[in-house]
Amino acid sequence: MRSVVPVLTVVLGIFVLWYAAAVWLNAPWAWDKATRSGEVLTTQTLVADTWSQEKPKLPAPHQVGAEIWKTTVEKKITSKRSLIYHSWVTLSATLLGFALGTGLGIALAVGIVYNRTMDKSIMPWVIASQTIPILAIAPMIIVVLNAVGISGLLPKAMISMYLSFFPVVVGMVKGLRSPDAMQLDQMRTWNASPQQTFWRLRLPSSMPYLFTSLKIAMAASLVGAIVGELPTGAVAGLGARLLAGSYYGQTIQIWSALLMAAALAAVLVGLIGLIQRITLRRMGML
Amino acid sequence: MGWLVFAFAVWAGGWWLNTRLAALPPTRAVSLAIPVVFGLTLVAVWEGIVHGFEISPVLLPAPSAIAARFAASTDILWQDFVQTVIRGALSGYAIGCGSAFLVAILVDRYDFLRRGLLPVGNFVAALPVIGMAPILVMWFGFDWQSKAAVVVVMVFFPMLVNTVQGLSDTSAMQRDLMRTYGAGYWTTLLKLRLPAAMPFVFNGLKIASTLALIGAIVAEFFGSPIRGMGFRISTSVGQLALDLVWAEIVVAAIAGSAFYGSIALLERAVTFWHPSQRR
Repeated sequence: MRSVVPVLTVVLGIFVLWYAAAVWLNAPWAWDKATRSGEVLTTQTLVADTWSQEKPKLPAPHQVGAEIWKTTVEKKITSKRSLIYHSWVTLSATLLGFALGTGLGIALAVGIVYNRTMDKSIMPWVIASQTIPILAIAPMIIVVLNAVGISGLLPKAMISMYLSFFPVVVGMVKGLRSPDAMQLDQMRTWNASPQQTFWRLRLPSSMPYLFTSLKIAMAASLVGAIVGELPTGAVAGLGARLLAGSYYGQTIQIWSALLMAAALAAVLVGLIGLIQRITLRRMGML
Repeated sequence: MGWLVFAFAVWAGGWWLNTRLAALPPTRAVSLAIPVVFGLTLVAVWEGIVHGFEISPVLLPAPSAIAARFAASTDILWQDFVQTVIRGALSGYAIGCGSAFLVAILVDRYDFLRRGLLPVGNFVAALPVIGMAPILVMWFGFDWQSKAAVVVVMVFFPMLVNTVQGLSDTSAMQRDLMRTYGAGYWTTLLKLRLPAAMPFVFNGLKIASTLALIGAIVAEFFGSPIRGMGFRISTSVGQLALDLVWAEIVVAAIAGSAFYGSIALLERAVTFWHPSQRR
């Protein structure tokens, strides 16, 4: 609770900066318009104008807020102009990719921990795979999968999966190896089979690592889904809203999609944090 | 059929070789050889499968076709590399990480700022910042300046959070010792806290290095002059010239690995004292 006041101050500062930047960036257009129509701008009318333009360089926060309100609450959910509809498209791809990536990541991690050959040959490539800017391949994956006849949700989910499996592998390998020699020896004195050691010792002690990785994986998965929507020609989803907005100069639309994506990320990561707290508390680890 | 048998034989042979290698005492040469054998096996299997199933080059070109295309169009690839990696990613990386480092030192000085900015920074670091790309392209134009701006925005917060965390990574005992030496704020900062922060700083630099390439390439999807890796990838996909796309991906992979590797080497030189670097 000690940090509530500082955080609020920083957030307030961001809003002040945002409004100031909106005046600064939109002022040239306002001056231009005023000289053409022969009006004289006082400071007050200038500020009012920069905060209410149709296609501003930087929309003021209240304009973005109004746009979000208009496209979420006042539009029907099924409408193509509803931001909730687009968020749902992105969210479903994100969740599917996240589930696939987490599954793949845990499977690989178990293999790496239990098989020496896999550890030696795959682990370096798992790390190397992330130095490749995978998002660059996104358009190709989408187009190729479309050509094979797979379209819609799955291609986007594949990109999310590729981005989200990496943190899970790294975290789970670390977590499954976190029991120390003493604990492993204890299992051996109890004559525990490898399966029992896995289910009773290794898996439970990897949980804190797993949840930390899941948070990163979820954020990465959302980025993957958004970028995956770019090359499909701006049909549906938050990424499509971003692209359509940038084609037509609809800055308010871009910002509202951006804030919606941010809210989505915050909710998803917060949800995992909540599950983490409940699970760890029940396991007696918190 | 012959190609499929070849692919299967290579896979079995590679796996057998790696199992034997993994059983050897783990010298440096062995631990380097295993991933190399694995990688070469994958490429050979890929080649075999593409020929064996006669997969159309429009879907998945064979590695040999990609290599031929790479050799044939080095001038285009070099031009794109300079535009995207050197102008876009590297300049943005330097500006973003440098400014984040300075802001972190400032933030660390004032406890109020630290408690306020750290949660916000952590929050922003988890956001899909890449979505800022269309806005920044609109502000800074189509050329590399907008790509550098996207990179700055992407790397700033991970770097800031890591550096701030690193600067607070000294124990009270160590700080007390500096005080008994009569060291002031700046001496303590230079001699104790910055060196102690270096493992965290390099962690941030590593994360930022992958983000920088991604940012520069994805920003080009929103508009770019007629060169650059992102531009080439998105237009070549449209022309179904997938061998050129893969050649660009090879360039991106080499650039990304070299970037990451050079930072890792620098880290080893600077933080030689840290337990994770000792051998």
